[in-house]
Order: sequence, then structure tokens, then C-alpha cells
Amino acid sequence: MRARVLIRPKAGILDPQGEAVKRALPALGFDGVGDVRVGRLVELDVADPAQLQAMCEKLLANPLVEDYELQLLDGSA
Amino acid sequence: MKFGVIQFPGSCDEVDALAAAARVGEAALLWHGDRDLRGADAIIVPGGFSYGDYLRAGAIARFAPVMESVIAFARDGGLVLGICNGFQVLCEAGLLPGALLGNANRRFTSRQVALRVERADTPFTRTCAPGARLSIPAKHACGRYYADELTLDALQARGQVVLRYAPGHNFNGSLRDIAGVCNEAGNVLGLMPHPEHAVDELVGGSADGLALFQSIARTPQAPAAGGVGAGAG
Repeated sequence: MRARVLIRPKAGILDPQGEAVKRALPALGFDGVGDVRVGRLVELDVADPAQLQAMCEKLLANPLVEDYELQLLDGSA
Repeated sequence: MKFGVIQFPGSCDEVDALAAAARVGEAALLWHGDRDLRGADAIIVPGGFSYGDYLRAGAIARFAPVMESVIAFARDGGLVLGICNGFQVLCEAGLLPGALLGNANRRFTSRQVALRVERADTPFTRTCAPGARLSIPAKHACGRYYADELTLDALQARGQVVLRYAPGHNFNGSLRDIAGVCNEAGNVLGLMPHPEHAVDELVGGSADGLALFQSIARTPQAPAAGGVGAGAG
């Protein structure tokens, strides 16, 4: 099973990368850019999707500072 | 006092940590793949880029075989000092509260910083005067100390904030100017600046970092009973 994990900085935590992007876009002529947050994407094949949450909690994300979202691919999501 | 200095693939400050420790005691390198701490009385988790900092700084190193032994050693009251990447590893391992995030200035920054010793009664700072100012280099991209407000209040109340950046020196945006924190029992300390790079006035700009190593060397070797705070952790 192909799975996708989206990892984001938690709300309220300063995201300097997002701030930098937010400032860079108007400089390129793109107006109307609001809040920007930059996260991480992990795609992986797993035999047992039930283990994904534990994988996230233990390694893929740091639950103290990051939120994660699981998506199962292969059309079943 | 025998120091064990951990070496991960990607560590780069283990040589200076060894040299600093050798000024006050014996020092030996411990390989990340070994579980044997070789009778060390204190463990140093040094700076660098363990496992390439892949995923998050310290996230993979925290599961190295040697860390199983370091975690057990710390839980038994053994002294563990994490410097820079070592601090990140100890936070990821759950031995210290909080996390280190990307610098607020978004840059890898290398500079001398002034630190204020908030607690001079820990095994790591016992040779310092309370409120003493230490001049020590810092060099990192992910050194912004973060914990939620509740945790920060608890750390403050329990006296776990051992070192703070002096006014004007908090370049990475650490919450409440925190540069170094210890665990509740007081036997594990992590800090972002590098005391091992400041042990010789000729090349370090100051020798203020030596105080941390001297403090450890002067700590009785059964430290479990002598931590700061309530010692319940």
C-alpha cells in the first residue's frame, strides 16, 4: 500500500521558512499571499497501513512541534 | 572521572569534546553502533550532523544502539551532557523537554555568545558563580528552543533553565532566551552553544567552556541522589 504523510509545523509555532516564502512571493509580483506554512512530505510503501500512525508518532513527525496527516493512495483513500 | 564521548556518522565535534574532557579527566570515544559505555562516569553527546540530520536533527541518531545504553544510564542518574546536535538528540530521545527548531533568522549562524548561568548548583555548573557570564561560541541552523507555555512555566518553576542567552545574544529566537536546560532530576543537560570549543584562550576566544567540564569532573561519581529540583524524575 502506498501512503503519503503530510507533516506541518503546529499552528502557533513560528515557521521561518513560511515567512520567507510569504515575503518572496510579493517580491516576484504575486499579490494577495496570506499565511504560508512550509512542511514535509513523506511517501512510502507499507505492508500494514495500520502501523502508519505509530511510525509517525515515533519517527516521521515530532508530535511536540508538528502535526501530521495520513493519506492512503492506490485509489482507496 | 571517565568521560565517554559518542561518535555518530556525521558527528564533527567529538574531537574537541574529547580534548576538553581530557583536560579534566580521562576521555574515550564511544561508537554509535556499540551498546557498551565502557565504564564511563559521564557521557557527552557531541555536536555535528548525526546521520546527516535527515528527517529532523537528532531524529535518527536517537535510535542508535548506543543511545539505548545512554538512555538507561541517564535514567539511573548518570551524567549526560548534550551539546548542539547532542542537545537535539537528547530532546528527540525524550531525556530533555522541548525541541530545537530552525533558527528564527533562517540562517546557519556561527558567533560568540554570552550566556548567563541561571543555576550554579547543577553537576554541570557547580564551579560557576550564580549569575556568571560565560563567553562561548555557538554555530547551528536549528537552535531555537521551543516548548509550550505550560512546559516553559514548569521548567522555570523547577529550576531546569540552567543557561540563558544574555540580552542581545539570543540570535536563534529561543523562547525565554533558553540556551540550556536540564531534566527534572538534574543529571542530564543540553545546550546549543559549544563549551568544548572554548577551553583555550588562544584558539577559543575564551576558556569559559572549561567550567562545565570541571564541574562534571568534580561531581561525586554516584550522582543519582544529588540532582537539582525534587529529584522525582
